[in-house]
Amino acid sequence: MADFDFNVIWSSLPFLWQGLQLSLWLTFLSIIGGIVLGTLLALARLSGILPLSLIAATYVNLIRSVPLILVIFWFYFLVPLVLGRPIGSFYSALIAFVLFEAAYYSEIMRAGIQSVKRGQIHAGQSTGLNYWQIQRYVVLPQAFRNMIPILVTQGIILFQDTSLVFVVSLRDFMTASSIVARTEGRLVEMYLFAAVVYFVICFSGSMLVRSLKSRMST
Amino acid sequence: MISIENISKWYGDFRVLSNCTTSVRKGEVVVVCGPSGSGKSTLIKCVNGLEPVQEGKITVDGDEVTAKRANLTALRSRIGMVFQHFELYPHMSVLENLCLAQEKVLGRGRKEAVVRAEKLLTRVGMEDHAKKYPSQLSGGQQQRIAIARSLAMDPIAMLFDEPTSALDPEMIKEVLDVMIELAQEGMTMMVVTHEMGFARKVADRVIFMDEGAIVEDRPTNDFFDNPESERAEDFLSKILGH
Repeated sequence: MADFDFNVIWSSLPFLWQGLQLSLWLTFLSIIGGIVLGTLLALARLSGILPLSLIAATYVNLIRSVPLILVIFWFYFLVPLVLGRPIGSFYSALIAFVLFEAAYYSEIMRAGIQSVKRGQIHAGQSTGLNYWQIQRYVVLPQAFRNMIPILVTQGIILFQDTSLVFVVSLRDFMTASSIVARTEGRLVEMYLFAAVVYFVICFSGSMLVRSLKSRMST
Repeated sequence: MISIENISKWYGDFRVLSNCTTSVRKGEVVVVCGPSGSGKSTLIKCVNGLEPVQEGKITVDGDEVTAKRANLTALRSRIGMVFQHFELYPHMSVLENLCLAQEKVLGRGRKEAVVRAEKLLTRVGMEDHAKKYPSQLSGGQQQRIAIARSLAMDPIAMLFDEPTSALDPEMIKEVLDVMIELAQEGMTMMVVTHEMGFARKVADRVIFMDEGAIVEDRPTNDFFDNPESERAEDFLSKILGH
């Protein structure tokens, strides 16, 4: 233990904090974007309109069959080709995360929408609400509420996955830790510290999920 | 007001409704009864187009429900419906339950919708519960609110699909009282129910169904005193015999 030097953490905290901010910000935006796009995909899939549900199903199955890191690469190299100009690592990573996570969120939302009783839809219909109004005011709020624990769980996974952005040279928390570890020559301390930080954040998330679940079951 | 002509409906190969014909005049109260699985709930759900039919024609106030291009949302907004399991929106307060369709379908302003909602809550004796959520209320209370929610749309007719079947016995009366009052005020009503006391008291006619067909369709007293078919007689003896 005498060889360990944990001062290195203290002195590089501002640098690490910047990295963590990027990780959290990317996670937050990807969750929002992923849920919005995922909900639209779920609605398309359940719409009963064949071409629409087919497109949504194909998209979901395609995305779920490739590794995230590949999607991140794709958009890093593809988006500049399509737009004719680079948009930066952060935005290309964000787009990749949103499009990737949307496939997973759409499956969660699909289960959520199907968990709403048919009678609720009948009630909406019988008062003259149209399809979109029923989805907006009756089905989605209930679907969303029923699925909150799973949505948060998926968010925790997403947070861990943000460490993959090092491949497009984004300086997230994991990358920042690596940089410090290598430049200061304190690999063990830094990676231990990084592990602790990930654990604290993700475990708090899991505790949140647990308390949400028990609150919902009462 | 409501006219049902020769409708038939299948679930796959299974025929749930066969050649049903009847009608409900303005201000009339018609009770639909019959053993479970006789198609009575399905019949009433066809009236506002919640269930499609394969054959036949249904019109409500001159508009054809079964037409291919029927504007069902407009039509449904004019017919109230009350369900066996209440189907209040669990994520909304009682007041929001009553205001949603008023605002989104009828385009009423917030104030107007609230005033109408409060008036109806008073009418069903629930004025103190406007801020509560459905899960905080008993079944009878929830059903009275569901009735108020339908009435808030100023419907020209009301459909009831076994409104008291999911209730504990001691709560049935409070819901039936609201329905009786509504009937006596002249509301056009079509009611699927096993409450024969209710039928005797306010129904103008009773429709008896069995195996997807309308077996009897007669004035209330005639039906109870002198059922024509053996099946109806059998049904009545079972339901009144205890």
